[in-house]
Amino acid sequence: MGRPPLFRAGALTAVDGALALVAVLLVVQMWLLTATLETYLAGYHGAAVPGAIVSGLLFAACVGLYVFVLRVDAEVRR
Amino acid sequence: MSLLRRPSALPLWRDEITIDAADERYVTRRQFTKFLVLTSFGMFVGQLWILARSLFSRAGAPPAPMVIGRAGDLAVGATRVFQFPSPNDPCLLIRMGAESYVAYSQKCTHLSCAVYFDAEKRRIECPCHEGAFSATDGRPLQGPPPRPLPRIRLERRGDELMATAVEEGGPLDVAGIVGSGCPRARG
Repeated sequence: MGRPPLFRAGALTAVDGALALVAVLLVVQMWLLTATLETYLAGYHGAAVPGAIVSGLLFAACVGLYVFVLRVDAEVRR
Repeated sequence: MSLLRRPSALPLWRDEITIDAADERYVTRRQFTKFLVLTSFGMFVGQLWILARSLFSRAGAPPAPMVIGRAGDLAVGATRVFQFPSPNDPCLLIRMGAESYVAYSQKCTHLSCAVYFDAEKRRIECPCHEGAFSATDGRPLQGPPPRPLPRIRLERRGDELMATAVEEGGPLDVAGIVGSGCPRARG
């Protein structure tokens, strides 16, 4: 037996929001990778460490949002 | 025999395969989020690759001098590609005059495209983004390159030309580098 329809609609909105946020983070990560690669090819190696750290943080945020989506999904199906 | 017959009116294959082709193509939000997270992981791995490359490419001991050819073998205005200090570092040797040789890294300082010597214009050009460098001192003349080409210090020992060191080009606004002159082979 599922949750009431109102709860399901709210959960769907939350999942949509998380999905949109993951997409935005991914675009930022793509830009970061491109910028770091350009600076590396230009001979500046100083951007590699902060680039990797920020990219790792963005990836961690994406994983966190995915876990959130899984939890909301499990909650709705309960 | 009637005991073995299935009670459902559906054919056996329909009962065994319960997923429609249309449903198979349907991607849920959960699956799409998972795909985006995996893409994010790929971006992170790319960043780690750049980090590893930049950490391992840091200069260690100074390069050993290397013979790059005989001085007389190259005609005036002609070029030769050689690798110095490692096989992954292509360089360009140019004979500017009868007793004048210059050598630069062949990687453009913008995005590492291979540069070439234009004998008519007497300058080094990058075909990727129309960048150009002075053949006499390696400073950028046009286009996006931010700093001069790294110069290869040359020495002439008898009839042999030797590459002895790499002189990194500084930023564009450093006047001392622009006016430092070209590295001539010592005769």
